[in-house]
Amino acid sequence: MHNEPFEPRIVAFFCNWCTYTASDLTGISRLAYAPNVRVIRVMCSGRIDPQFVLKALRQGADGVLIGGCHPGDCHYQEGNYKCLRRIKLLKRMLAEMGLEDERVRLEWIAGSEGDKVQKVVNEMTEQIRRLGPLRLAPIPVPHELVEEELAMAGAEEA
Amino acid sequence: MSTHQYKNNGDAPRIGVYICHCGMNIASKLNVAELAEYGKILPNVAVSRDYKFMCSDPGQEMIQKDIQEFNLNRIVVASCSPLLHEKTFRQAAADGGLNPFYFQMANIREHVSWVTKDFKEATDKAKALVSAAVRRVAQHQALEKKRVPVHSDVVIVGGGIAGIHAALTIANSGRKVYLIERQPTIGGHMAMFDKTFPTLDCAACILTPKMSAVKNHPNITLWSYSDVTKVEGFTGNFKVKIKRKPRYVIEEHCVGCLLCVDACVFKEPKFDDEFNLGMSKRKPIYLPFPQATPLTVLIDPETCLQLKRGKCKQTCAEVCERRAINFEQKEEEIEVDCGAVILSTGFKPFDAKRVPEYGYGHYNNVYSSLEVERMVNASGPSQGEVVLKDGSKPKSVGIIHCVGSRHAKTNKYCSRVCCMYSLKLAHLVKERTGAEIYNFYIDMRTPGKGYEEFFDKLLKEDVNFIRGRVAEVTNWAMTAKEEGKLIIRVEDTLIGSPRRIPVDMVILSVGLEAQADADEVRRMFGISCSKDGWFTERHPKLAPVSTMTDGIFLAGACQGPKDIPDTVAQAGAAAAEALALVDKGFVELEPDTAFIKEELCCGCRTCIGMCPYSAISPNLEKGVAVVNEALCKGCGTCVAACPSGAASQNLFTDEQIFEEIEGVLTYA
Repeated sequence: MHNEPFEPRIVAFFCNWCTYTASDLTGISRLAYAPNVRVIRVMCSGRIDPQFVLKALRQGADGVLIGGCHPGDCHYQEGNYKCLRRIKLLKRMLAEMGLEDERVRLEWIAGSEGDKVQKVVNEMTEQIRRLGPLRLAPIPVPHELVEEELAMAGAEEA
Repeated sequence: MSTHQYKNNGDAPRIGVYICHCGMNIASKLNVAELAEYGKILPNVAVSRDYKFMCSDPGQEMIQKDIQEFNLNRIVVASCSPLLHEKTFRQAAADGGLNPFYFQMANIREHVSWVTKDFKEATDKAKALVSAAVRRVAQHQALEKKRVPVHSDVVIVGGGIAGIHAALTIANSGRKVYLIERQPTIGGHMAMFDKTFPTLDCAACILTPKMSAVKNHPNITLWSYSDVTKVEGFTGNFKVKIKRKPRYVIEEHCVGCLLCVDACVFKEPKFDDEFNLGMSKRKPIYLPFPQATPLTVLIDPETCLQLKRGKCKQTCAEVCERRAINFEQKEEEIEVDCGAVILSTGFKPFDAKRVPEYGYGHYNNVYSSLEVERMVNASGPSQGEVVLKDGSKPKSVGIIHCVGSRHAKTNKYCSRVCCMYSLKLAHLVKERTGAEIYNFYIDMRTPGKGYEEFFDKLLKEDVNFIRGRVAEVTNWAMTAKEEGKLIIRVEDTLIGSPRRIPVDMVILSVGLEAQADADEVRRMFGISCSKDGWFTERHPKLAPVSTMTDGIFLAGACQGPKDIPDTVAQAGAAAAEALALVDKGFVELEPDTAFIKEELCCGCRTCIGMCPYSAISPNLEKGVAVVNEALCKGCGTCVAACPSGAASQNLFTDEQIFEEIEGVLTYA
């Protein structure tokens, strides 16, 4: 169906203590990965409201990636378990609604696993590429670079 | 830091956007100028610029000047990770007169320039992140940091040279220290060494005075033979639970006269002596080594007849005039409050059995380096004589470097100390035996003060050096000369041919590994480990003794392989960091706590069950939930669970995150 190559849009929610730290390490280690994933930092995966996932999908994301600490390692004791339950339920609901539940992926990535971030991001991008676009929303381009505007901005500065 | 002292530049957001080049780190991988231009057309942006180093003084001054000039009330900096410089820029905003929480960072270095190959793709991704930050910051509120008092005591876990040095440094400043050591004595690995490189100082001569200083210091409480079992609380206010294992000897009564040891019903020592790595024997009641601190004997419940079978003449107790022996002693649990914790739990030597081709545990005269350390020690199992299993002196000795280190099968990393201690052992063994010594090395790594000079000295002492990784150690003689010897097979890479070197004794220079229970300790203290199990510092360059958990500091080899000078230097640094925390008297906590909007709360109590810190309770009168800010740690789990949207979290409100989601989905 979706034969034309397309660039998936993926929103990621990473917890501050493990997965966000790991994704910093991926950078520090200069491990290149697909540019399709954009990370939003939360303090704990337990903060990830299923509504964030729905909002992202509705707003034009083709997939959502969630990263938290390994079970037993949560900085806030058990936020990751709560996240796990919520996302399991949410995925069930997505399936009911006719959405592929593989569009949402939950991963445990520890602060030292910079290479895992690279692997998961690349895998996720490929997986969404295979699933094809979700297209619940058109590609948003809310701030088009209008030459006129730029010229005006330049004039203001001067 | 209260809100009223800050400027009020109107309610409508006026945002300043700053794109950092980070030298070439960002600028060479994406179009910073285009990004700054893009910033200008984002909603509510009053000024957008790019600059070489935003974290530098001129960079920060640029923000402050713009706040005045453009009446900015929000700041976005697109640069490195917020985990690195968020504090820096919040302070810059505050210095410019803004509430520091009117600030958002976009991570375009770790998350973009360092991980994206394509220039345009990187520029586009950075635009999305900047757009997200701009949209988010418009939703930011002025917040205040909470101040909480700090407990002034410090707990140090691990009584090796790192823990000892840190304890003395802090105690000398007048603060109280609890030093917790799991072995019956402090001293760690250093106490087992004979001489230290490169000065050949006697280890005991420099260590034991420090050990007794710890014991006698009025500000240090030393609990040896004790384990930390639980840690609660947060920076400045930790509660640490400690389990004190029974020694069956009352520490306060024992004077270390050792009459009990002589009197033990076992006339001869019979059990493996841990301190000498099983190369000598001890009795069930024993002192770990002559300079043990505290100088208190202990009874091993595994071998003591009274403790094992309940039947013994108790000759040890009879002879003790101070009535120090108490077979009824039970495990004790103590809880202490402290402001900071220093972890100095050290390392474990690599187990040479994991490299079976070197014959450790198989051939009699293959020793690990630590065993030879004990052997050359005057108070060791052979009183300083280096001897083979049959009691004779070796005429030739091979020392194999990098055992367990620099190998994909075992540990990839260099253990840093093996080259130098191998040279030291070469010197000591030659001095004691006059044997021909062969050092088998892959690289000689001697980067320290006086280290290369020490290597030179060894060359002049006629020690042989053969470059190449040893393939195996065997006893298969091919010539009469090899008969009865251990044969080291190696490719000599300097002459480019394989060689067989027959020797009487092989010493395996084992590397350093993280403690077996490092993962458990890491969990208990809420810090992280590298893949190899070493505790991870907050930043390898700029915060080498801090951890991601505020108030927990690292000293010594628990953070990675280190020699004694580096360990002591780091212990001093950890002590200084801990003192800087506890001496300040208070800590400022992030205001990212949860709160309940009363008008939306329906009193369903979903949030109460979610909170891991029991920070939420019901207000029965109003029928709503209430968050106790002092207990809330800001995870936001309750916020995600609240069905009516009444629970919210400072710095992470739904509105802010929704804006961020829309922002990152802006594909330019």
